[in-house]
Amino acid sequence: MGIYLPIAEMSVNVFVLLAMGAAVGFLSGMFGVGGGFLITPLLIFYNIPPAIAVATGANQVIASSVSGALAHLKRGTLDFKLGTVLLAGGVVGSSLGAYVFALLRRVGQLDLFVSILYVLFLGIVGGLMLVESANAIRKARGGGVPPPLKRSGQHNWIHRLPLKMRFRTSKLFVSVIPVLGLGAGIGFLAAIMGVGGGFIMVPALIYLLKVPTNVVVGTSLFQIIFVAAYTTIIHSTANQTVDIVLAFLLMVGGVAGAQYGAKVGQRLRGEQLRALLALLVLAVALRLGFDLFVRPEHVYTLTGVEGA
Amino acid sequence: MRRSVLALLQAVALLAAAGGASAQAPTEGIQIGLSTDRVAITADFSGADLTIFGSLEDADPLVSRQGRYDVIVVLEGPARPVLVWRKDRVLGMWINTISEMFVNVPMSYSVSTTRMMQDITDADSYRRLSLGTNFIYLEPADKTQFPPTIDEFSSALRDLKKSTNLYNERIGGVEFLSQNLFRATVTLAPNVPVGTHRARAFLFKNGTFVKETSAPLAIVKAGFEQSIFNFSRNYGFLYGLLAVSLATLTGWLGRIVFRRD
Repeated sequence: MGIYLPIAEMSVNVFVLLAMGAAVGFLSGMFGVGGGFLITPLLIFYNIPPAIAVATGANQVIASSVSGALAHLKRGTLDFKLGTVLLAGGVVGSSLGAYVFALLRRVGQLDLFVSILYVLFLGIVGGLMLVESANAIRKARGGGVPPPLKRSGQHNWIHRLPLKMRFRTSKLFVSVIPVLGLGAGIGFLAAIMGVGGGFIMVPALIYLLKVPTNVVVGTSLFQIIFVAAYTTIIHSTANQTVDIVLAFLLMVGGVAGAQYGAKVGQRLRGEQLRALLALLVLAVALRLGFDLFVRPEHVYTLTGVEGA
Repeated sequence: MRRSVLALLQAVALLAAAGGASAQAPTEGIQIGLSTDRVAITADFSGADLTIFGSLEDADPLVSRQGRYDVIVVLEGPARPVLVWRKDRVLGMWINTISEMFVNVPMSYSVSTTRMMQDITDADSYRRLSLGTNFIYLEPADKTQFPPTIDEFSSALRDLKKSTNLYNERIGGVEFLSQNLFRATVTLAPNVPVGTHRARAFLFKNGTFVKETSAPLAIVKAGFEQSIFNFSRNYGFLYGLLAVSLATLTGWLGRIVFRRD
């Protein structure tokens, strides 16, 4: 069944989009990632113009994040306070990122920069997570209790910074400086890469701030709702590239998928969840790295010239 | 006996035709008529065939009978500047290195012909007429560039347009219904650009270009699609808020409908 998209100005298959939304929503609910890093490449692959794919992806991410965050809210695995501080940093970072985005697009190297960032970050994050979680799983298999990520009395330089704040839900007492910094850094990357940043946020919260894995997912989703909403409004105001019909189709699939994903995620143990996310992140990194180093199918690409 | 009479008659007709032609010069004309000057794209649009009717004027019946009249109908989309980038291997990575700007590139270009392009006329004629997906002239912004570079980029541009079916050819899409009347079917791709298109018809006689005619055709979004599009263009901020609210609402409803815990 075909439907005509008013902003993308093309006809697409409804069921393909619903399925695409459902698959990404499932992963989103399970891992607490918004799914932007999956949906945007998928849409581009489906011939949706990249600018519209990025903006519309952000819009759809809101829906699956709301849906997923509500599920976590009910379970009490959502740290509002931590999410809000991260968000404050995130807004600053993504505004800066949007500026750099425009700059790179003028030079014509945006695609390259984004690809390198993706490969680099996804590769590092995925690799580290995989090693850590594999070790944890092996130890658990060996019959022992998996060592908690956070050991009492374990402190690094992060814990010596001033302006400490207590985050009850996350059982955390840290300075707001690294939290704000983390939010800003991720916001910056998110704006450039056109994603919510969940796939960096989740591991960063787990490994750098030592937030318990189950709280991380809900908190990350909560934070992504706002980052994605901000991105959607910026894009629709500045570029008019949000296709509401396309976004709605993806959302309907996405929210359904997110509930099932959250359910499955709940049944998995922390280290299993981390290992699966690591594999997913690595797979995306490999795919993008492949594109970067292997001769592309189309050596030539077309760009419309805006404002002309 | 009867056959020889017929042949004789034909010979006489041929002479008469030749005489007539030399006396008053070839005056064949071509006309096309669109059943509508607006094509509305609605929610269920998934590409379409557009039929254009046309007729030859003062056609020579003999040439018609021999099938020596050929018609090529083109539906040309609105023109826009296009930037073509080429990727090259730098430090093992494929990155954009060289670009070439083209001005007035038709966003879409649908061709329909009576027979194979190469059987109608030669490449030089096509190039002169800027006709056909392989020969349409793409104007570079900077004409002083090295010609092979321009050729390389313009053929890349054509290939990319063809790969998304925005540039397409329909061999045999033009059919003669009678000696003078023809019907052309052109393909509208699912991603056909909206805007003012131009239907052009080219008449060839014995492989020689005779005449061209054209008619404008507006392809517009209709109803709901049009309202959404206008809203997004005129009230971008409100549209963004609407998109965010819709997403939030959908997420909340999704939670209620599909909850699994």
